[in-house]
Order: sequence, then structure tokens, then C-alpha cells
Amino acid sequence: MDDNAKSIIKVENITIAYDDFVVLKDINFEVKQGEIFVILGGSGCGKSTLLKSMISLIKPVTGKVLIDGKDIVTAQGNELRDILSGIGVMYQNSALFGSMNIIENICLVLEEFTNLPKDAMELIANMRLKVVGLEGAGYKMPSELSGGMKKRAAIARAMALDPKIIFLDEPGAGLDPITSAQLDELIRKLSRSLNITFVIVTHELDSIFAIADRVIMLDKETKSIIATGNPNELRDKSTNPWVKQFFNRQAVEK
Amino acid sequence: MEGRNLASINYNILDKSQQKLTIAGRLDMENISSLWPEIFKLIKKNKPKVLLLDASGVDYCDGAGIGLFLKLKEKQKENKGSLQIENLKPEFNQLMELFEPGQLSKPEQIPSFFKRVPEQIGKSLTISMREVYSQISFVGEVFVKFLYTLFHLGSLRWKDTFLIAEKSGANAVGITALLGFLIGVILAFQSAISMRKFGAEIYVADLVAIVLFRELGPLLTAFVLAARTGSAFAAEIGTMKINEEVDALTTMGLEPVRFLVIPRMLAAVVITPLLTMFNNLFGILGCILVMITMGFAPITLINEIQHATNLTDLFGGLAKTFVFGYLIAGIGCLCGLQTGKGASAVGDSATRAVVSSIIAIVVADGIFAVIYYFLGI
Repeated sequence: MDDNAKSIIKVENITIAYDDFVVLKDINFEVKQGEIFVILGGSGCGKSTLLKSMISLIKPVTGKVLIDGKDIVTAQGNELRDILSGIGVMYQNSALFGSMNIIENICLVLEEFTNLPKDAMELIANMRLKVVGLEGAGYKMPSELSGGMKKRAAIARAMALDPKIIFLDEPGAGLDPITSAQLDELIRKLSRSLNITFVIVTHELDSIFAIADRVIMLDKETKSIIATGNPNELRDKSTNPWVKQFFNRQAVEK
Repeated sequence: MEGRNLASINYNILDKSQQKLTIAGRLDMENISSLWPEIFKLIKKNKPKVLLLDASGVDYCDGAGIGLFLKLKEKQKENKGSLQIENLKPEFNQLMELFEPGQLSKPEQIPSFFKRVPEQIGKSLTISMREVYSQISFVGEVFVKFLYTLFHLGSLRWKDTFLIAEKSGANAVGITALLGFLIGVILAFQSAISMRKFGAEIYVADLVAIVLFRELGPLLTAFVLAARTGSAFAAEIGTMKINEEVDALTTMGLEPVRFLVIPRMLAAVVITPLLTMFNNLFGILGCILVMITMGFAPITLINEIQHATNLTDLFGGLAKTFVFGYLIAGIGCLCGLQTGKGASAVGDSATRAVVSSIIAIVVADGIFAVIYYFLGI
């Protein structure tokens, strides 16, 4: 990743609450173009909530999320559609549409945003499947795929419109270590070869050390970011005991 | 048999302040269940200042045994006494340390009646108002998008719409026809008894035709659709919600209302009148069949029905079905989109969809009855 790359996502003063319960308070960070950026933290610290606020599924109480300069929090109608067409999302359980085969899943978004002829759309869908290593599986239904294949298909769908940013919610969840490592390899490949920015929510240390350029670590008690930086540096140099324990896989007494 | 070792207790009052409880044998869950009440009855009765617990005879102790010791400790503390456990084997002592729960979790204190009731009324009211708000905004959003779709038919997902229409319409023809036929038969038989007293059996055909066209045909079809299609819409969209597919649609820039609700709504609005016509047709057939067995000629009956009913009856009934279809699909989809989390959420949504649809249909039918009365239809 280029150290001088421009910021493609800016999260400014985000506070998220469910009714009276504040989940995250005053969160600020930036993600650079082409970076593999990981949001991590213990269970229940608000990682997925933060991700959802960045893709307009949750409205924060205050703050801005600038995606390529446009605020997704306040965007509506066509403006929101424009922002959403520039991002892709892979959900924790893939969220492929069960009534459609994989090609149809990928073509759906192409049908909505382009006027390409059907054969062109199918070609693009197959190209995406090739990149994620699922060539030949296009006409299978999601129920016929294994967990790892579903995640790959979901990444292929997220890539349908050549997005600049892909958000991944717990990509390794429910996968065996080998499949999870293959998925990490794919993410790294896509990031390096296509300069796609990845924002990943995970707490799997192997994945973090394997792919993350930079991480932020959320804390459940302070509801804020307690560490930012390269995971290796944080492991070796962080003075925060909770961060040290997390990166060194020690049981935590808080 | 080794596994059947029993536990025993012995209770001695040593002096004014000291009492001794000797426990021996196997302290497992089975034995403890009989000893537990006995021991605590003795403690309650004697209230020892210092309780010496001689555990030298304990040769096995599981979680329940440790639980007994811990409970005794707690009880003595409560009674401002003390407990001294003597001669407990080291391995059981280790277990004691491991299992010591510290501060026990306590159930939440239920506030007093006077605080609880207003709080709950307030909460329920807020929730209901929020639901009403979300329903009104949903109805508004759907209506605007529905009108938009009617004027921009190219934006409709035709493939999905036809598929839904086939599943909820074509596949429901059999059940609707059967139900219509049976209702026709039942109505004919039931009314024939009363009509016979006046020698007016021929008017059974008039009665059945009018009732079916104006009320029962639309209502029955709507009920079948609410049970069959409304619940299916709620369950299908509810499952999509739980699987994050609805979120995926949103972040792909495809509005769930346009993508999921409008095709279902349009399909339901189109198929409900068609199914009602089937229901009416088979109801009339059922009635004619019964009347034929009573000795009437089919042509006489058809003439009688033509004479008794007019297009206003038929279209008056069919006009209602557009609204019924809209309500069934709208409520089914809304319940689906409001599905919460957890295993029972989809079931709850489907149930809510059916119940709410049926209530809405009856209310709408009542409003139609009043309107038709004043319009003289």
C-alpha cells in the first residue's frame, strides 16, 4: 500500500446509540485508498455496529461518514445510490439471495445500475467468479455451496460494480483455518492487484496479522478506539495492557 | 454394589454454642437431594453458633456436595454463626475453592405495583405509537412507490411478479375452487330447509348467488390468501431479514420496498379478484348441483341467477378484493420487514401477518358495507 495514498473514508465524531444505550462514542478515523483496514475488538464492543453505520444501515446519533468525500449518513435518494454503487459489502453469513443462482446474484446489481445486455452481464459475473476462484460454479444455487464458497461468491457479488471499497463483516466466521487463510489470501490479492480498499471487521488474530495494513481496536468499556496502527507494531510496542493481551492471545482480566 | 454407596449424617449438640454435623459416604447429586432438606431443617431448628462439619467420612463429592458445603457456609453467615469444615480431603477442598461463586447473581428486583403499572402502560403506549408511526410511513412509502410503478411499468421486476403471482394465484386455484364449491353446497342445503317451508326453494339459487357475489366470495378468498400468501410473504421476507439479505439489498442500492414489496403487492392485487371469480363460479356450481338433486333443471337455475343478480353485485364484490389483496400483501410484507432476531421471530411474523390481515379485511369489508349502503349498491 502506498503510504501517501489519499483517504477514501473519513469517519468523523461518530456516536452510535440504541435508544438510551450508547454503543460507541466520538469515533474518528480515516482509511486510505488501497488499504486493508481492520476494525477489531472483543465481542460486543460495537465492531459490526460501526461497520453498519459506515454502509448506511444504522444512522449514528451524531457525526459524519465521508465515503470518497460524500457523507453517507445524510445522503438520500440518488445521492445515496451513487455512494452505494461505489462500495460492496460481504455479510457475515454471505447473504446471497437463496432464490437465485450465483450468476443471478451478481447480475442483480448490474441490472439495477447498468443497461448492459444480458450476455455482457453474465460475462462480467463469470469474470468476477474467476477472480474469486469459483469458475464453473455460476449456475449453482447458494444452498449447493460450502461455507467458504458462499463467502467467495459474496465477495464476487460485492465486486460486481468494480467498487473502490469492499466492507467485510467477519469473513472468517464459521470457516475452518485453511479456508479462512485462503480467503485472506484472496483479499490480499484483490487489494494488491485491483487497489480495492478493504474494511474488515474481525477478531481473528491470524487473519489480522496475515492481511491488515492498519487496525483500530475498539473498547467496550470506554466505547472508543483504544489503539490505532499496524498490528505487528501494536503487539510489540503498545503500552496498553488490554491491547498487549489481545495481540498476545492472553486471557483477559478486566 | 459400589455405585450405590449412600451418604449418612449425624448431628450432635456438643455444648451451648458448638454443634457437630458429621457427613459420611458419597456426596453426589442423588444422595444430596434427600440429605439437603434434612440438614437444613436441623440447622433451622438448632441455630448453632459454631457448626463443626466433620467431613472425614466423605469419600466422594461432586458439584452438589460442594454446593451443600457452600450453602451451609452461607446459612451460618446469615444466622451470624460460623462453619468449620474439618478433615475434608484436599481434592474436595480444591473443588470448594474452584466453585466458590462469590457474589451470587440475584434476580432483578420487581418494582412495586404502583411503579410497575404506569411504567408498563407508558412502555406499551410508546411501542404502539412507534408501530403505528412505522406502519403509516410504510403505507405511505408503499403507496407512492406503487403509484410510481404503475406509471413506470419498466421499473417493475416482472419476472419476480409473475413468479409470485403463479405461486400465490395459480397454485391457489384448487383450494379456492374447492372451498367455493363446498360453501355453495353448504349454503344451498342450509337455506333449502327454511325456503321449503314457504315453497320457495327456487330462491335458494338467488340467495346463494347474491351472498357469494357480494360478501362470501371476496371474504373467503381473502381469508385463504391471508392464510396462504400473507403468511408466506411474512415468512419469506422475515427469513431474508434474518439472513441479512434485506441489508444486502439496501447496501446494493436496491430499495427493499421496490424490490420485495411492490412485486408482491401487484401480484396480490391482480390475483385476488381472479381467485374470487373462481370462488364465485365454483360456489354457484355447488349450489346448482344441490338444486339439481332437488329436481330443478339447470337452465331454470341459471335463468334464476341471471335474473336475481346483476353486474353491480359482481363488480361491487370484486372491487373490494383489490383492497383486500393490497392489505394482505402490505401487511404480510410489513410483518416480514419488521421481523426481529431469534428462532421464533419468523413464526411470530407469519402469525402476526395472518391475524392482522384477517382483522384488516373484516374492518375494510365493514367500511365497504357502509359505503355501499349509502351509495345504494
